Amino acid sequence: MRNRYKFATALAAVVGVCCAALILGHKVNAAGEGKITGTVKLDGAAPHMKGIDMSKDPYCVKAHANDPAHLETYVVGANGGLENVVLYISEGLTGGALTEVPTAEPVFDQKNCVYTPHVLALDVNQKFKVTTSDQTAHNIHPNPNPMTGNIPWNQSQPPGAPPVEKSWKAPEFIEVKCNIHPWMHGWHAVVKGPYATTDASGNYTINNVPPGNYTVTAWQEAAGTQTQKVTVAAGGAAKADFTFKAK
Amino acid sequence: MRTRMHEWSLCLGALALLVLTQASPAQLTKYDLETRIGMESHIGNITGHAKDGKDDYRRYCVGCHGELGDGNGENFPWVDPKPRDFQLGIFKCRSTPTGTLPTDEDLFDTIARGLDRSNMPQWSTFTKQERADLVAWIKHFSPRWTNEKPGTPIQIPPEPEVTAERIKAGRDVFARVQCWKCHGVLGQANGPSAATLQDDLGRPIAAYNFTEGARPKCGDTDRDIYRIFMTGLDGTPMPSFADNIKPDEAWDLVFYLRALMPQKSKEREMAKQLGLRPVDPNAPVGQQ
Repeated sequence: MRNRYKFATALAAVVGVCCAALILGHKVNAAGEGKITGTVKLDGAAPHMKGIDMSKDPYCVKAHANDPAHLETYVVGANGGLENVVLYISEGLTGGALTEVPTAEPVFDQKNCVYTPHVLALDVNQKFKVTTSDQTAHNIHPNPNPMTGNIPWNQSQPPGAPPVEKSWKAPEFIEVKCNIHPWMHGWHAVVKGPYATTDASGNYTINNVPPGNYTVTAWQEAAGTQTQKVTVAAGGAAKADFTFKAK
Repeated sequence: MRTRMHEWSLCLGALALLVLTQASPAQLTKYDLETRIGMESHIGNITGHAKDGKDDYRRYCVGCHGELGDGNGENFPWVDPKPRDFQLGIFKCRSTPTGTLPTDEDLFDTIARGLDRSNMPQWSTFTKQERADLVAWIKHFSPRWTNEKPGTPIQIPPEPEVTAERIKAGRDVFARVQCWKCHGVLGQANGPSAATLQDDLGRPIAAYNFTEGARPKCGDTDRDIYRIFMTGLDGTPMPSFADNIKPDEAWDLVFYLRALMPQKSKEREMAKQLGLRPVDPNAPVGQQ
């Protein structure tokens, strides 16, 4: 009886150790990778964003009947938090962290005659989808510099059009336009390695950052870029806050 | 006095250098181009050689397209639409999908056809060999021909017989994909978005007016018209409709577009007999 107990205890111990090793093994990986977090703010009062005259397309006017459309050059939330800022690691990445391409396929939607999101951050070679939720025809026309390796294209998306699936070959901040609705203006921010985009409060978290010393760059479509040096400890979180001035 | 002159010339030199470097950050140099002097073109059984196209280019093309092929020739300020920048490798008239390089044959055809409503004339005086050599010379301006392959030409099914049903169906395609947004319900280039159209360089550009009798930009056969809307005219607002118009429907649309054009045609006659009305832009989607 005691022997059986011993055996059971030993077995339980072995199983327990194995499980712990497995879990810890996972954790070792996850613990190794840290993150960079912070808040991006706009200094001073939020600049006035002009309203958009959509009168050439009645569909667009109707879509914004209760929610007037404005330019989205600066989208400022509570406490000066700046939305749509792209944060990425511009120096210090090596190996897999640099070359690994996320499998997530983000969506760039044409909704109510504006782009949602206004700024889509992407890794080099990461697939993305362009969709339309509108009952009016759009043409999706990114205009990169072909010298970078990113080639411009221009595809129609009438109501009910199937998604367009694409990727970009090189890091570049690419302007996206619709020639039918000239106010439509968005960005594909193509970077190499882990990235994040600020939310409505200006907060961001870049996940999956291996321990090391890095330069973090914050890019805002009108205000430009800022950089900061950070050190990410194994499993730790480095902090980098940015403050932009409206131009 | 002398030192002052010196200072001035130094200043001017520095300024010139600054302006030059600022104006063209990604500009290719003659040296870059030299590395691609071996570029060839293949049109049927003709092989074009870049180095053999050089003299004709310098004699006939350099005035607009520039010595470095960047579209910045001495006529640049005076012509509109602006000369093509061959370094970018972006061309309107292609048989290949949007965002891809044209085939050698596409460029070969464009040289002979010219580009209607632009300063690019029809170069019918060149022999085929000379044209092939020019194509190779044009290709040597862009690194894209070293790094990429031309796109695969789109498949065009044989042209079906024109019928009244097909013209009507073409009108429905015109309504569904909303060609009228730019080209107008009657094809008069007066759609709601026509006035604000810009090319990729931000210059105003006009939509094609079907009713003026002008030649379509990339050729005036039925197959050319088919190709124009299924590949798009890269560098302009005209997108590719390849994902949204099926090959058979595309022929219907070609027939309807013919009916809008003033030239005497079977399509125009049939549309008249049908009493076909223009599309209604205010009708709900799918209900013409």
